[in-house]
Order: sequence, then C-alpha cells, then structure tokens
Amino acid sequence: MAENIADETKVGPSGAKPRRAFSRRNILIYGTLIIVSLYYLLPLWVMVVTSLKGMPEIRLGNVFSPPVEITFEPWVKAWSTACTGLNCDGLSRGFWNSVRILIPSVALSISVASVNGYALSMWKFKGSEVFFTILMIGAFIPYQVMIYPIVILLREMGLYGGLSGLVLVHTIFGMPILTLLFRNYFASVPEELFKAARVDGAGFWGIFFKIMMPMSLPIFVVAIILQVTGIWNDFLFGVIYTKPDLYPMTVQLNNIVNSVQGVKEYNVNMAATIITGLVPLIVYFISGKLFVRGIAAGAVKG
Amino acid sequence: MTPQTLSTTSSVTTSSVSVRNLDLSFGEVKVLKDLNLEIGEGEFLVLLGASGCGKSTLLNCIAGLLDATGGQIFIKGKNVTWEEPKDRGIGMVFQSYALYPQMTVEGNLSFGLKNAKVPKDEIAKRVARAAEILQMEPLLKRKPAQLSGGQRQRVAIGRALVRDVDVFLFDEPLSNLDAKLRAELRVEIKRLHQRLKNTMIYVTHDQVEAMTLADRIAVMRNGLVQQLDSPQAIYKRPVNRYVAGFIGSPSINFLEGNIKTGAKPMFIADGLSLPLAGYAFAATPVVGKAVFGIRPEHVVAGVAATSQPFSQSVEIEIVEPMGSDTLVWARLAGQEFRFRVDGQSEFSPGQNVLIGFDPARASLFDTASELRL
Repeated sequence: MAENIADETKVGPSGAKPRRAFSRRNILIYGTLIIVSLYYLLPLWVMVVTSLKGMPEIRLGNVFSPPVEITFEPWVKAWSTACTGLNCDGLSRGFWNSVRILIPSVALSISVASVNGYALSMWKFKGSEVFFTILMIGAFIPYQVMIYPIVILLREMGLYGGLSGLVLVHTIFGMPILTLLFRNYFASVPEELFKAARVDGAGFWGIFFKIMMPMSLPIFVVAIILQVTGIWNDFLFGVIYTKPDLYPMTVQLNNIVNSVQGVKEYNVNMAATIITGLVPLIVYFISGKLFVRGIAAGAVKG
Repeated sequence: MTPQTLSTTSSVTTSSVSVRNLDLSFGEVKVLKDLNLEIGEGEFLVLLGASGCGKSTLLNCIAGLLDATGGQIFIKGKNVTWEEPKDRGIGMVFQSYALYPQMTVEGNLSFGLKNAKVPKDEIAKRVARAAEILQMEPLLKRKPAQLSGGQRQRVAIGRALVRDVDVFLFDEPLSNLDAKLRAELRVEIKRLHQRLKNTMIYVTHDQVEAMTLADRIAVMRNGLVQQLDSPQAIYKRPVNRYVAGFIGSPSINFLEGNIKTGAKPMFIADGLSLPLAGYAFAATPVVGKAVFGIRPEHVVAGVAATSQPFSQSVEIEIVEPMGSDTLVWARLAGQEFRFRVDGQSEFSPGQNVLIGFDPARASLFDTASELRL
C-alpha cells in the first residue's frame, strides 16, 4: 500500500499541465487568424511591390510577384513631379497643406474639447446636462445636411476658401466626440481629488492645468490619434472649403490617381497612396499601446 | 419626526465653528434641515451617523465645497457662508486620501501653499515641520503610488497641517484602512489633536472612532442632530431609542412592555416586572407603552446576579465567544436578550443561568415618540 503511494508521487501528474501545440482548437484559432491577416495584408503587399516596379514590368501582369528590378523612381515622381492640373510639383504641396491644416485643427479642437469635458464633468452648472445633450445630438446629424449652410457661414465670415475656415470646420466637427471622450475620462477621476484641490486654493484653471492635465496623458493621446487620423484622411471638407492651391494631400492624391490624360502610371499611383497613408500609420505604430490604454480608461464610466 | 435635542455641556467657551439654521437640499430632497451646531475652540467634535444621514454633507458645507440652501456658517467669528473653501481657514482630509498622483509627497504638501503664494523658504519650513510631526521625512521625494495606505493618509493629514489652519475637517479618514492601521492612525490623530489643539470636526460611521476621539459627539439621522454630548453621556443617557441602538457594540437590548405607576413605578412585560425605583425619570412617569433598554455589558450572570436589584433565570440559546469576552443569547419575557460575560466563563446552549441587572442603569423610551422617559 505504502509503495503504491510512493509510486503515485513519482509517476502521477505534477506541475504544469502539458498542452499540445497542434490541438484542434489551436489549429482553428491560428488558422483563422492567419487567413484573415493574409486577406488584409495582401492589398498592402500589392501596393508596395507595384510601387517598386517600372512600368514595363507592370505591363507584364504578375500583380503579386516581387519586383525583378527595384526602382524608387515612382516614389520620387509621386512626391515631387507628378502633375495635377497645372501644378507639376507632386504630392509635396498637398503634404505641406495637410500639415498646415492638421496642426492647428488638432491643437484647437483638443484644447477646446478638453476644457469642455472638464467643465461638464467637474463644474456642473445649471443646464450643463442640456448643453451636453445638444452637443451629442450634433454628432448624429449627417455631414451632408450641414455642408451648404457652413459654406454660407464661412462666406459671411470671410473665411471661405482659406485654411483657417477649414481649421474651424474640423474643430467644430470634432467637438461632440472629443467632448464626450474627455467628459467621460474626467468623470472617472475621483471627486475627492477635485475637492482637495479646491480646499488647497486651486481655481478652475489651476485644477485643470496642475491636477487634471498631468493625470490625463492617455486620453490626450487618444484624442490626438483620433484627430490626426480623422483630419489627415478627410477629403470631403478639404475639397469643399478650400481652393486648388490649398488642397490637402488626400485631394491631391485623388487628382493624381484620377488624372484622365496620358498613361495610367500604376507605380506612381501606388507610391503616392502609400506616402499619403504613412502619417496615420506612423501615428498608430508609435502610440498603439497608449491608445488602447486610453480608450479603455475613457470607456469605464459614462 | 423627533425634535432636535441638544444637551450641551458647559465645556464650550468660545465657539470656533458655528452653524446656524443650516438648510441644504438637492432639488426636492432636503438633506440638512435647520441645523444648528456650536463647536468650541480646540474641540474635537465627531459627527456620527449611518450612511445617508447627512454628516458628510454637513462637513462639505462647512468646508465650502457645497453651497448651503439656507442659514449661515461662521468660522472664528467670521461669516464664511459665501466664502471659497481656501478662504475659510480649513484643512480637509478625505476618505480616499485624494493625493495628487503626479506630484511627490513634497509636491502634495506644498501645492496649497504655492497657490496661496507663500514664500519659498516659508513653504520649506512648514513642509519640514509637518514631515517631522507625522514622521514622514524619508517619504518626501516619493510619489503617492509608492506609499502604503497608512502613509498616504498621513500625507493627506500633512497636507491639511501645512496650511496652518484653524479648523481640521476629517471625512471618514480611516475607512479605507485595515483594522490594525485604523487603530494606529486613530491614536495618531488623537496625539495630533493634543499637540496642535486645533478645532477638529471628524465624520465617521464607526462608533469606536467616535467614542475614542471625541470631546463631543453629534449623532445624526435624516439631516438632524439627534444628540450632541460627551461620549460618556451619549452612552449612558441616550436621548432616544435610535441613539441608544446606534451607540454600543454589541447593541443594547430592547424589551417592549408597559410602565405601571404608583408608589413604586414598574416596567411590566410578559411575566416580567422590573422595579424602576432607582431610575431617574426625566418627568413624572405616566402609564403607557414603553421600551426598556439595557446594555449587554450591564448584565451580570451567575452567582453575582443575586446581588442585583433584579435577577431571573434564563435558558441560553446561542453562545458567541469573542476571545476577551463572550456574548450569550437568551430570551427574557419572550424577547431576544443578549448579555456579555467574561471570556473565561463556560456556557453552553440549553443551560439555565441566573442573570441580573440594575434597572437604574437602563434607559426607558416611550414607544410612540421613542424619546427617553
């Protein structure tokens, strides 16, 4: 009897439970994941290889094959010499226009929205809930309804066709969702912290700049990502509220790709598209971790 | 509703904080109702009550974090009803510590002083003094996240300390700590009060904290002060049934019955008649329904019971040993009855035991009004 027990401890299960690498469950999960990733990565692959090929090689057809002879000429052409209408300075003009639109729009919309969210969660005033509801309704009105009225408004203000008009439009359209984001984040900050700061003699701005802002890096990162990608990818407002000289990069890209004269230069088009998409892509890669954390933090309380 | 009962002791000389006819409503809900409170210079007042009784609300009103709907608040003789919190001469300690997470301990302590534009060398001096008093010099460069719960609350107390205020407000400061730390910090707060001699107002739902710390306790319920008196007076002579039941652990025994007057007033309940000769009635007793309250620790069991003015044999139902003493459950006059005996005594369920007590130590309440008779 005693021997049996001793055997049991030697032979019987002990420690971590072994797991098979190729169980049916693993094959199903990883198989699905691999297929889905391939499906999403394939277009990117085609774009990258095509942009590195010369036109003669593209005409041969093999869309998926890697380039026989790598050339960066299409990238250079897309950036600096591709023609849109009368301008033949490529995407570079659009890139700098987009930067000039992006930076003030992001800065302005986030500054205003963060203060909005802070005031709506910490300094509730009579009618603050009504104000917030109205702002939220704004998020559900389709853009198309507002396009023409805004044209008139901008014209009356003398901002139509300029960059400042577009910056204003981006700021306004970003307001509902950003305010919601900041309000929910600040609502999750313990109320006693706010009370302690008031007892310590900090006022509206003191509490905001010295207590709340240093605590809210994640939510600011989320807001920056949302705004950078949103504004960078915007096409509609850019084409409507500016004029050809000031078109953002997306509009310029469209004009290059959709030009009707001459040969369709697929390699240049592909390179131009990748260049345009690079900015949001880089932003995601740099701040991915903070982004996830911030989204989670903002979502806790409603 | 029970009227506001105040039996003020004469220890109050000058008043440091004075709350006069304070009303506070959130919309339709009246949280504080015509509340009056005079707190003496250097007094330690505890606001005690169950959650939702308005004690924290009252503290927030005194701090200026909530605006009163009606009435006035004076601190050091100055009407501060409309003042901002920072101008009231108060320091506040919160339940959740409420330390600024991105600042070091030193930053937390000096934040209020920087806002008040206190000169740098003065800030350094005051921070050093607070750190010395609370023994946290080695922690000054740390962030709150690197501190334990007890250390965090000490920093929070320090933050009130550096501001050199007249009145300290504590909003359940020990509720987030474990039992051992709570006992340690409780003593520390008492020591702090003895050293600084500031006026302190302390909100808690823990009667042990209230009894041990307070010069006077204000027992609150439904936005009204039920009783304001020294801990001993509240324990011995609760003004109504609610206060009697709230104070004391294990809680007081209540026996429902009737008062019989005559040459010798008696309390009669289902085969039980208690002589009330020694009981100090507030007014001449009248016949009527009443509740007899006697604390479990005022009941003696065994041979000693025979020497008590009242004694009777009861059957033990449940025995709850608690180490130092044992709580025994039985029935008296058909009603639940608990008494406390020494932890060494051996009792078991089913056993009959003689218990006795002195009705003079009890409290009698009118059944309808629940007021002390």
